[in-house]
Amino acid sequence: MKPAPFAYRDPDSVDEVLALLAEHGDDAKLLAGGQSLGPMLNMRVVSPEFIVDLNRVKALSRRGTSADGGFAIGALVRQAELEDDPAFAVAQPLAAAALPWIAHRPIRNRGTVAGSLVHADPAAEWGGIILALDARLAIRRAGAPPREVEAENFFTGILETAVEAEDLLAEIRLPPWPDGARWGFREFARRRGDFALAGVACRFEVDGAGRCRSVRIGLVGVGDTAVRARLAESVLEGEPPGAELFAAAAAAVGKEVEPLDDGHASAAYRRHLAEVVVADALAEAWEQDGRDEG
Amino acid sequence: MDRMETPPLAKERTDGHDEPSPVSPRRLVGRSVRRLEDPRRLRGEGTYVDDVHVPGMLHATVVRSPRAHARIRSIDATEAKAAPGIVAILGARELGGDLRPIPVRLVPDERLLRYLQRPLATNRVRYVGEPVALVVARSRAAAEDAAERVEVDYEPLPPVTDASSAPPAPLFDHTPDNLASLIEEAFGNIDAAFARAERVVRLAFRTGRHSAVPMETRGLVAVPDRGAAEGRGRLTVWGPTKVTHFNRSVLAAMLGWPEHRIRLVEPDVGGGFGARGEFYPEDFLVPCAALRLGRPVKWIEDRVEHLSAINHSREQRYELALALDSDGRFLGLRAEIVNDMGAYLRTHGTVVPGLSAGMLPGPYEMQAYRCRVRCVLTNKTPTGTYRAPGRFECNAARERLIDRAARLTGIGRMDLRMRNLVRPERMPFARGTSILGEEVVYDSGDYPAALAEAVALSGFRMSVPDAVPGAGARAGAGSASGDAPEARPESRAGSAANAVPVAPARESGARAESGTRSDGGSYGREEPGRYRYGMGLACFVEKTGTGPFEGARAFLDRSGALVVATGAADLGQGLETCLAQIAGDALGVDHAGITVRHGDTDLIPHGVGSFASRGTVMAGNAVHEAVSELRTRVLERAAARLGVPPGDLAIGPGGLVRGTGGRSCTLAELAAEPGLEMVRYFRCEQMAYSHGVTVARVKVDTATGLVVPERIWLLYDVGRVVNPSIVAGQIEGGVAQGIGGSLLEELRYDDTGQFLSGSFMDYVLPGTTDVPTILHRDLGRSPSPRNPLGVKGAGEVGIAGVGGAVANAVADALADAEREDDELPLTPERVWKRVRCNPSPQTPAAAAAGGRNPV
Repeated sequence: MKPAPFAYRDPDSVDEVLALLAEHGDDAKLLAGGQSLGPMLNMRVVSPEFIVDLNRVKALSRRGTSADGGFAIGALVRQAELEDDPAFAVAQPLAAAALPWIAHRPIRNRGTVAGSLVHADPAAEWGGIILALDARLAIRRAGAPPREVEAENFFTGILETAVEAEDLLAEIRLPPWPDGARWGFREFARRRGDFALAGVACRFEVDGAGRCRSVRIGLVGVGDTAVRARLAESVLEGEPPGAELFAAAAAAVGKEVEPLDDGHASAAYRRHLAEVVVADALAEAWEQDGRDEG
Repeated sequence: MDRMETPPLAKERTDGHDEPSPVSPRRLVGRSVRRLEDPRRLRGEGTYVDDVHVPGMLHATVVRSPRAHARIRSIDATEAKAAPGIVAILGARELGGDLRPIPVRLVPDERLLRYLQRPLATNRVRYVGEPVALVVARSRAAAEDAAERVEVDYEPLPPVTDASSAPPAPLFDHTPDNLASLIEEAFGNIDAAFARAERVVRLAFRTGRHSAVPMETRGLVAVPDRGAAEGRGRLTVWGPTKVTHFNRSVLAAMLGWPEHRIRLVEPDVGGGFGARGEFYPEDFLVPCAALRLGRPVKWIEDRVEHLSAINHSREQRYELALALDSDGRFLGLRAEIVNDMGAYLRTHGTVVPGLSAGMLPGPYEMQAYRCRVRCVLTNKTPTGTYRAPGRFECNAARERLIDRAARLTGIGRMDLRMRNLVRPERMPFARGTSILGEEVVYDSGDYPAALAEAVALSGFRMSVPDAVPGAGARAGAGSASGDAPEARPESRAGSAANAVPVAPARESGARAESGTRSDGGSYGREEPGRYRYGMGLACFVEKTGTGPFEGARAFLDRSGALVVATGAADLGQGLETCLAQIAGDALGVDHAGITVRHGDTDLIPHGVGSFASRGTVMAGNAVHEAVSELRTRVLERAAARLGVPPGDLAIGPGGLVRGTGGRSCTLAELAAEPGLEMVRYFRCEQMAYSHGVTVARVKVDTATGLVVPERIWLLYDVGRVVNPSIVAGQIEGGVAQGIGGSLLEELRYDDTGQFLSGSFMDYVLPGTTDVPTILHRDLGRSPSPRNPLGVKGAGEVGIAGVGGAVANAVADALADAEREDDELPLTPERVWKRVRCNPSPQTPAAAAAGGRNPV
């Protein structure tokens, strides 16, 4: 449980970080909160030659309302900072409601949103959240213009994302919360704080005609990556919400997900759990009376 | 119901914790005095094995097999030897002839010798995690770097992962069927019993492989004297625990060193639970490396290796058949058990399956019994004891069988048990079986009273309504906190009724009662019929106080302070405090000034150790005898000095010995001359048997299969209680571990023998939000007649019945107690599959019409 030897750098600017990444690329790992990387180093699951520690880069610690009225989360923002920020709860009720379900408080004290996203465990809550929120991920690389990736293009495979070896995920950009949007977050884990066997973040609006609009369902734990439940979204879109519709949407989720068999649960069980959490989360969302419910 | 009275909590807590008080006989035993160990442990001032630092110390790590079953073609350490900081790599080639088998500690049997484990695999590995080489370097990190470079060439062999099916390969060529041992227990005429039976009820039951996970992993620091490598001086080993004297003998024999030149020292220990402290491969490898290198060597087990290196336990399959007459009386019990032993037999030999076979009949009368246990080797980590070994399993199987019988006969679950429990007038009761080479004879106990009180305490009779949304939960809460006498846990130790505040802070019921978790989140939505509620109970007998002896050495030092030394060990259970209470009463002084020493082989020539709930029974009585005789000597000496007869003397606070006429002297004055020293060994040929009844209430989410234990009740009798608060700790800790084994914990392997539970992400331990409120009460009726103090062991009572109670509660909730098989742990996926096979077992209306389990 001791890491293999590595070289350590702790630059204090984004440019230096990018320069180090450009130089060492595949041989380097970025250290933010260390809540995934630390155990992986200790268990020698990874043995990078370089650790580039971001913690002295003050610019990456910024969080708050962005120009478009959305919410920006810098690469060094700890989960607990958001959890404790009343402004975040008002601005982003869905994400705020999901935060307490992420691991345990000591892990949230150090762990960062960006770190969780880049590690890309398929069961990590943030995967479902960014999909449900249409978030954009701001990525930097030395010698290239900053680029933005849509949430739905972010996850590329198991533990893989659009963030490549030379890239820094600099900021997570959550769009402004739509007035009157309803949301639900549910997950099922054997113990509180464990990675969920299935989880969901969902959001929809109800238009003047009483029909579901802008439905987003982000699932975690039921595949290689966090995924949008597009079939279920299409079942809901344009239809009047209600128990039967939600049951149909949940059944659609069961058809569209492709969970894995692993040591924690069978594919069939995960598929079933996905249906349960989706039905629960949709009903929870529907019972809300506007945004102040959060 | 006088036992339900609310005891005077506040008062007892004041006296209990703990001003010097006027002298009275038995003033310490029976009181919840504060633990002497706690100040140093709570302040972080304890010395655990990793706190031991010795100048020049090297660090070791173990190269372990990544394969379940393979021949070792070769080991190439060339690259590893070039690693920075490397000192030595010791493989089977280097250690060669020193690699003798680790012997069986309990109930040795020559027939088991050929299945014993050597400290390193020689030419074949038999489980993932088996030690292949020891790497010693200047730091642990350097040792791990070098260990990565040790190249072992394995030739795969077919892995054996299922003890119940025909093996694809033998683990040992001399035993093609992998059957290491066949254990049989029987009494009465079983065929006649079944021939007479009105009804025969069968059950297949399985308990999952799991084990102890002490907060502190194992570790050793072996320190040779200068010259030890050349055969001079002594070897000191820090880190052994549990059975230090036995381990010294084993180490001496394996090293070919005389015992007197080896000293084993137990530091503070962060938990053992039966698994930690046995003689493991590392207990040889680390001292051996230190002697070979002439340098101190430290090895601290990390959590990843712990999970595959420490003894596993519990993996058993039962095929049971119970013969009943028309009145529901048990005529006979047949049992076929398969115990998955893992790859080798370790220090426990076949003790665990033997305990299952000997204790399966439990607290019930029956005319005939026949049990066979097949002890089968598989390519998994070897097994040993874990808290209530063999009994957690057999109690669960038997109690689940009885609930099935109740369901099928229509006799109430409590009633059926009542008709069959051994009655107190039958004590001492010869069970007709034997365990640990000793006949099982229950010494004392009122089993029917325990059941009656447990039912009253838990409101069991009132059962729980089926899943009407919300209402079930509320009714359940009502039965526990309103209608039934709420558990003000009570303990009756000696003549004084003592209150033990039981987990008042653990009123985590909020989550359970409302369907939401204590941390505010929610499991799921309350929909009609989604949640089902059930209660289950389990009666059990616990063997405790295993012999053959334990010793105590007691003396007054020159300050007049009492020092007591014993061969028993403290694994965190509070042994120092209990022994100080007993010693204080025996001499007539306060416990706080008494020094209790233990776990160091230099303290006392003979010791047996701490296991099998024996510490307070065996060491306690040894201390009682030694200090009582010391007191006689003290009084004789004082009598001579003061010129008054010993009978007129009393020892009081501050160590003042007072006689008549105002004459007095201090213990310090008396101890100025040598001679106030006493060694006594307490022997006991027969064990003491505690007993109890565990009741569980659960909530089952039929949508996800999640079982939420809402509350556990435990009514127990452990004879005379030395320290009620310590007993409460034992009970609650045991219940928590029982919840783990019932619902969460399982050490899993895939079909290739790969270990799947190598981290806490994969091996699911109960956390604070998983352990329900625990309410318990001491029946306090049955001191043991087998020792002067009347004590019985309490260490395993908490866990012994949890599996059975939870399994029965889940079956009650799902209204499927008649099913032909059951298992532990009841993981959500298993419960979900079970619900899916039987999707709507009972509507509330059907339940009301009598479809439920009768109580």
